[in-house]
Amino acid sequence: MWETIIQITPHAIAFTIPLLIVSLGGLYSERSGVVNIGLEGFMVVGMFAGALTVSLLAPAMQGTAIWAGLLMATLAGAVFALLHAFACVTLNANQVISGTAINMVAGALTTYFARLITGSGNIVIPIAMPRHNLAYLADIPIIGEMLFSRAYASTLLALVILAVSAVLIYRTRFGLRLRACGENPHAADAAGINIYRMRYTAVIISGALASLGGAIFLVTIAGEYNGTAGGLGFLALAALIFGQWKPIGLLGATLFFGLASTIANVSRILPYLAHIPDIVLQTFPYVVTLLALVLFSRSSQAPKALGEPYDKGRR
Amino acid sequence: MGVVVEMDNIRKEFPGVVACDNISLELRQGEIHAILGENGAGKSTLMSVLFGLYQPDSGSIRVRGREVHIANPNAANRLGIGMVHQHFKLVSCFTVTENIILGLEPTRGMFIDTKLAAEQIKQLSDRYGLKVDPHALIADISVGMQQRVEILKMLYRNADILIFDEPTAVLTPQEVHELTKIMANLTAEGKSIFLITHKLREIKAIAQRCTVIRRGQWVGTVAVADASEETLAAMMVGRAVSFGVKKAQTKPGEKVLEIENLHVRGRGGVARVKGISFSVKRGEILGLAGVDGNGQKELVETLVGLRRADEGRILINNKEAGGLSVRERIAAGLAFIPDDRHKYGLILDFSLEENMILKSYHKQRFATQGLLNFTAIRAYAQKVISDFDVRSGRGAGALARTLSGGNQQKAILGREIDADPDLLIAVQPTRGLDVGAIEYVHRRLVEQRDSGKAVLLVSLELDEIFALSDRIAVISNGELVGIVNTDETDENEIGLMMTGLRREAVR
Repeated sequence: MWETIIQITPHAIAFTIPLLIVSLGGLYSERSGVVNIGLEGFMVVGMFAGALTVSLLAPAMQGTAIWAGLLMATLAGAVFALLHAFACVTLNANQVISGTAINMVAGALTTYFARLITGSGNIVIPIAMPRHNLAYLADIPIIGEMLFSRAYASTLLALVILAVSAVLIYRTRFGLRLRACGENPHAADAAGINIYRMRYTAVIISGALASLGGAIFLVTIAGEYNGTAGGLGFLALAALIFGQWKPIGLLGATLFFGLASTIANVSRILPYLAHIPDIVLQTFPYVVTLLALVLFSRSSQAPKALGEPYDKGRR
Repeated sequence: MGVVVEMDNIRKEFPGVVACDNISLELRQGEIHAILGENGAGKSTLMSVLFGLYQPDSGSIRVRGREVHIANPNAANRLGIGMVHQHFKLVSCFTVTENIILGLEPTRGMFIDTKLAAEQIKQLSDRYGLKVDPHALIADISVGMQQRVEILKMLYRNADILIFDEPTAVLTPQEVHELTKIMANLTAEGKSIFLITHKLREIKAIAQRCTVIRRGQWVGTVAVADASEETLAAMMVGRAVSFGVKKAQTKPGEKVLEIENLHVRGRGGVARVKGISFSVKRGEILGLAGVDGNGQKELVETLVGLRRADEGRILINNKEAGGLSVRERIAAGLAFIPDDRHKYGLILDFSLEENMILKSYHKQRFATQGLLNFTAIRAYAQKVISDFDVRSGRGAGALARTLSGGNQQKAILGREIDADPDLLIAVQPTRGLDVGAIEYVHRRLVEQRDSGKAVLLVSLELDEIFALSDRIAVISNGELVGIVNTDETDENEIGLMMTGLRREAVR
């Protein structure tokens, strides 16, 4: 049993990390009061930008191309997020509809460009992110073995982003103002905070992180861009609710989803899970997600002004 | 005494109305200057212009002798002008300190220095006798305390021209008294205050001067000491106003509504009504007094059938009604005037005639074979409109949204009274109405009582409770503190009971 846990943890972590970054992206947007169900779309944009960059630069740059891909994905996500911000913040559009549009546009637009550039709707990346034993960290007993041996560098990146986000949101001016915008924008406005600027910033960070998450998913697991993120963006959204819009909560929620999915994937080769019908194991993560959402959405800690366009006139 | 603010010929028009018609006034250093007017008279608009929320169409503002252009609230803050809004602008899941420093956070390196901020706030609080705990969560403190947080927000920003917009509307009489003292402390420290209100007694109690505004126009500025409440009221309304409602003595008949040991849970399963019992008889008005949020909402919702009781009995005309649906309760003789007429009283985008039959559309009179009979509906709506003096520009076909608040309320009143109920539950029936409409609604409610109906009046306004009720029940924290006869009590006693003190303890 212990053996198995040690064995499957790296897989679970690999799955958790992109999910974590994407849901952190969702966190910024939603804490500012803007619903972002476009996470899936941002992931697709990130995967496309990442795949294109890596496949173009890999011959010249080798491994560094991976990092260039992640950077380009982040930038592409930030730019693409302007669309969502413009609709939700400037035009006061319905945020769910805008998010849905983001999801649809992302898939269609990137597929179109992929065909235009490469002649096919898929972009396979020639190299993937390598696994290393991370210096020092891998030597920590148990945790080191589970988290940092044969790990992706992106794991460390994600944990750094998580820590920075937690501090930013709870300890700094920016964070206090961000949370105020999501809880009571009228109060924030009265305190002289520019709601529109805060929400634009938050949505842009949101798109950037979600696309980065998509690109990490590409270079660690997916290996190719094919116009979809396989619903991972929606899972990240679920993690956001499950984690109650808190950075540490997100870590727990995504880790849980990561483990559940990995168990489902490897169940066939684990002898003591073999007698459980396949369908139970395969649907396990989704059923649990559904149950968790039903349970957690009742005692929801969602930002109070989430989804409400800010209308200056209605004081 | 120097003059700190001069507003000169301020004019502000909104589409179709002149909210401020060339109004001039000045605020002297260290005074409390009341702005008196009915709802919609333009007093809030005038102060919003001073606070930078609106730009005047013409006129000028001088602050401490210097002509200024106040583009937005931030500009007002920089000029030392602060405002306590009627609806507080607080983040309920933040602490007092976080709310106060928001937008002006002291930092230490990259991080907010909460400790320093809390100390500063504690000092300010002590200096003006506000007794606010900087570390408390807004969600955990009383409305009165929340208002003090709003005051601290202004003080933290070094404001010395303070605007209070209807500050007492949400307070108990005792909290009002405390606020009066705080305002006196503030002026003693050199602050100058604009007080927006329509309550004459408050003006008499704390203000030095009073400017009266009627329909956007300046009526006069008077020294409060030289003016009686009657003069001020006449200036405000434009005619002599009768205080109080004429009521004949009646003899209450049998019980129409009886509730026994009612327990109700509110949102999130919190007990909001805890074992309340009382009855309302024919020919009486029972006033239910209490500070907002003490279980009145849940109690009323349970009585009208929008919410289920966990325990206890509700009897209407001696018949068990606790299990009845809303429609069955209406059939049993219950009528309901809700406090939020936009949410529960009317469908704003329906016409007036459709709104008039919301509770009776299924009756044979208005529908045959499942099809609405619009001729009958229109005739009926026109009758209610003329009986209850509902002024609608386009008659029964007008959308409810297009009516003024007073006329919307008259329409609801008409619908509910015309159904000839045995029991009328009226919640805040005059909320947001002007003096004329208030008089009308009060007269109609007393008329119902005189014709032998039972009336349960739920109100946050003690004046209204005292003007109408035969008996007063006081609710606090979901419990019935006591029931007293109106002519055997006074506002002070009821006010103390509203804080949860039993009558025996009050005396």
